[in-house]
Amino acid sequence: MRRVAVVVFPGTNSEVETVDAARDAGSDSYYVWHKDTDLKGADVVILPGGFSYGDYLRSGAIARFSPVMEAVAAHARAGGPVLGLCNGFQILCEAGLLPGGLVRNDRLRYVSRPVRLRVEAVDTPFTNAYRKGEEITIPIAHGDGRYVADAPTLAALEAEGRVVWRYIGENPNGSTNGIAGVCNAARNVVGVMPHPERLNAPVLGGQDGARVFFSLEARDATQHAGDLRAVGGHHRGV
Amino acid sequence: MPAFRVEIRVMPRGGILDPQGQAVTHALHALGFADVTGARVGKHLVLTVDAANSGAAGQQAKAMCDRLLANPVTEDYLVAVEPA
Repeated sequence: MRRVAVVVFPGTNSEVETVDAARDAGSDSYYVWHKDTDLKGADVVILPGGFSYGDYLRSGAIARFSPVMEAVAAHARAGGPVLGLCNGFQILCEAGLLPGGLVRNDRLRYVSRPVRLRVEAVDTPFTNAYRKGEEITIPIAHGDGRYVADAPTLAALEAEGRVVWRYIGENPNGSTNGIAGVCNAARNVVGVMPHPERLNAPVLGGQDGARVFFSLEARDATQHAGDLRAVGGHHRGV
Repeated sequence: MPAFRVEIRVMPRGGILDPQGQAVTHALHALGFADVTGARVGKHLVLTVDAANSGAAGQQAKAMCDRLLANPVTEDYLVAVEPA
């Protein structure tokens, strides 16, 4: 069982689902307020979705200076897993923990609906329970989700297999190369715009997002042909 | 220390699609301003800064842009300083 810190900024709104999704996968998950400077022994840090600081100036631009971010950066530098979901991804880019940036959707509209994605990289702490190339459905909900980076950065991301998730079919926001999520060079910091925590159980209409969280516990899980059934004594059908 | 009025223009970096600028172009065309061939939309910030001289005020403003007011990945900025 891993300790998963879910950081809450003023304006965060997905922390409850995120803590629940990690707990459902067998993790010991808990909240950390953005003014805390101690991650309370976290093995994993998740920056959840929302509208930190009202998206003032730019999405994530002010949250990156919250006191907790120094501890998050130190955790990342030490190789600890860090996941940014939606606004969390924007914060990680603003903080320089991930390359590139997220700007206004190409059609200027906030888009909230399920999208199809391909899992491009499974050698990250948050995607190792997926199959490479697997196609999944996860909801998005964002106005600033168009991923941009300069040409050398994009070339490096593609060459090094650091595009983690990619939109397939229609590109919902004009993201460069259909990029929905990326990781850093060390592969321990991952950011994605879609919301896996919102689709992790059949009662929610699907569970394609659940394995983001099961990936964290995979080393302790009973695996049958990639199908995680038991994590920390809890039996789950995924 | 004297006060300076610092104006900062933050624009989407050239080469990055600016959908707001495109929408403005289309709207202007719809109003009959057919001669408009392009528009870009950015931000204008006005700060009042105490500094020893205008050069120091400008340097402070640059540091503010690099750290917070502009995102170097997606935006360019221009700083203009005048006595407040």
